[in-house]
Amino acid sequence: MNRSKGGVPLFAFVVTAVFFYAPLLVLVCFSFNASRTMTWSGFSLRWYGELLFHSADLWHALGRSVIIALSSSVTATALGTLGAIGIYWYNFRFKRYISIASFLPLILPEIIMGVSLLILFAAVGLPLSLFTIFIAHVTFNLPFVVLIVSSRLDEFDYSVVEAAYDLGAREWDALVKVVLPISLPGIVAAFLIAVTLSLEDFVITFFVAGPGSTTLPLQIYSMIRFGVSPVINALSVMLLAASIALAFLGKGVYRYIFQR
Amino acid sequence: MRKNVGALYAFPIGLWITLFFVVPISVIVLYSFMAKGLYGGVVFRFSLDAYRELFNAALLHTALTTFLLAAVSTLLTLVLALPAAYYIARSRFRNTLLLLIIIPFWTNFLIRIYAWIAILGNNGFLNALLLRSGITHGYAHFLYNRYAVVIVLMYTYLPYAILPLYSAIEKFDFSLLEAARDLGATRTQAVFRVLLPNIKAGITTAVLFTFIPAFGQYAVPQLVGGRDSFMLGTVIARELTVSRNWPLASAIAAALTVMTTLSVLAFMRLNRSAGELIRESVP
Repeated sequence: MNRSKGGVPLFAFVVTAVFFYAPLLVLVCFSFNASRTMTWSGFSLRWYGELLFHSADLWHALGRSVIIALSSSVTATALGTLGAIGIYWYNFRFKRYISIASFLPLILPEIIMGVSLLILFAAVGLPLSLFTIFIAHVTFNLPFVVLIVSSRLDEFDYSVVEAAYDLGAREWDALVKVVLPISLPGIVAAFLIAVTLSLEDFVITFFVAGPGSTTLPLQIYSMIRFGVSPVINALSVMLLAASIALAFLGKGVYRYIFQR
Repeated sequence: MRKNVGALYAFPIGLWITLFFVVPISVIVLYSFMAKGLYGGVVFRFSLDAYRELFNAALLHTALTTFLLAAVSTLLTLVLALPAAYYIARSRFRNTLLLLIIIPFWTNFLIRIYAWIAILGNNGFLNALLLRSGITHGYAHFLYNRYAVVIVLMYTYLPYAILPLYSAIEKFDFSLLEAARDLGATRTQAVFRVLLPNIKAGITTAVLFTFIPAFGQYAVPQLVGGRDSFMLGTVIARELTVSRNWPLASAIAAALTVMTTLSVLAFMRLNRSAGELIRESVP
């Protein structure tokens, strides 16, 4: 068994790891560079200072991103959870349509959703704003929520719900006291994923954002179009640190609640 | 009676996904058959102009480039992802290694692209290094060509390939490999005739996760590509915002939608369990 461990697989893994980390390592090193260029000329925190105190646009963009992420994730989680419960446990007209239509966005390239929403908004005369971004983010998050919540429902026996009915629970009681508690870990996971995807999204947002509704990824995009800048190096490192911290925090919170 | 309750639960999502996904896609299809408005938008008159333009030589060439770039990066990604996933699945430290692969991808997607701009760009790390050591005089152009696009596409999608491959290989019964060897197969034969066919679902999913988003890429060719690496996504955006030919943009987007849907359906038919794996590896 051990003979298959070394050789090609190990080599490929090492190459992959180096391929992944080398670029990030370069960013980390040069964010502390004293000069503007990519030639090392001494340690300095100058670019972090610039980032913290002279980049108001970036911070405004971050604020907008957080607002969009929270509002769209709450909405998508609510709609998606109910949808998943309905699709998973019940039969009704248009069930097939809804389950296919809420899966399809997952497999289409992002640009399709961006372009089609932009054209829709133009056709009905809705001006591009934070609101149109909100609509787009809810839409691309829905399939993920449905997927995650229904894989949670997969692990449960419908007989639990039937037992509740037999014991005299009304529909509302069954939903609030049985179904939702059962699916809570899935709901929380879906919400966390939705927040992440929303904070991350560039392509779809690019098409549906109007003047004055620049989100963080859009702001970063407009900065990196013009090549290397030490401020972006510093920003990258802070974002890297923040996302790793948030990911572990999210995982920790999730564990703390559900796996004690 | 409970039937109605199910419809009640699914009604909001059904309405939302209809309004903001099904309707917009239908509008695109509709617009692609309209005449072009003077300043963007469309004139409501039936016209096949957009489809005529869709089949002109320049656009077909772009489609071919897009296909090749996506295909090459998918292939290279697989070549690296398969053995790497195998190594992770067989390691004692699989959880740690898996985390190691996932961590860089918690960073913003644009920052990941930027990391390559900072390395390969004209005033980037590699050029600075080469100039200083006297190997080159003057900037070498590493960026803004098809090689840069392939590298960054690989960088973007490698984890999406590794995850489904990993979960497929983890389920594989390795004693089958030993049995193959005992029956006289060489190591290569064992891998190609026993391992690979058994993880077909994983490979299918990895291809799906890499090829389709790469095919519809917009940001990567825009940021690190050049004249030789125009992709369909870039053209859609250009027609929409610069040339203001909305019927053409709609026609390309509609064609992209149809191609993607068809290839996904084909893949699913090819391998039913791929659907299962997609479920497992998305979050």
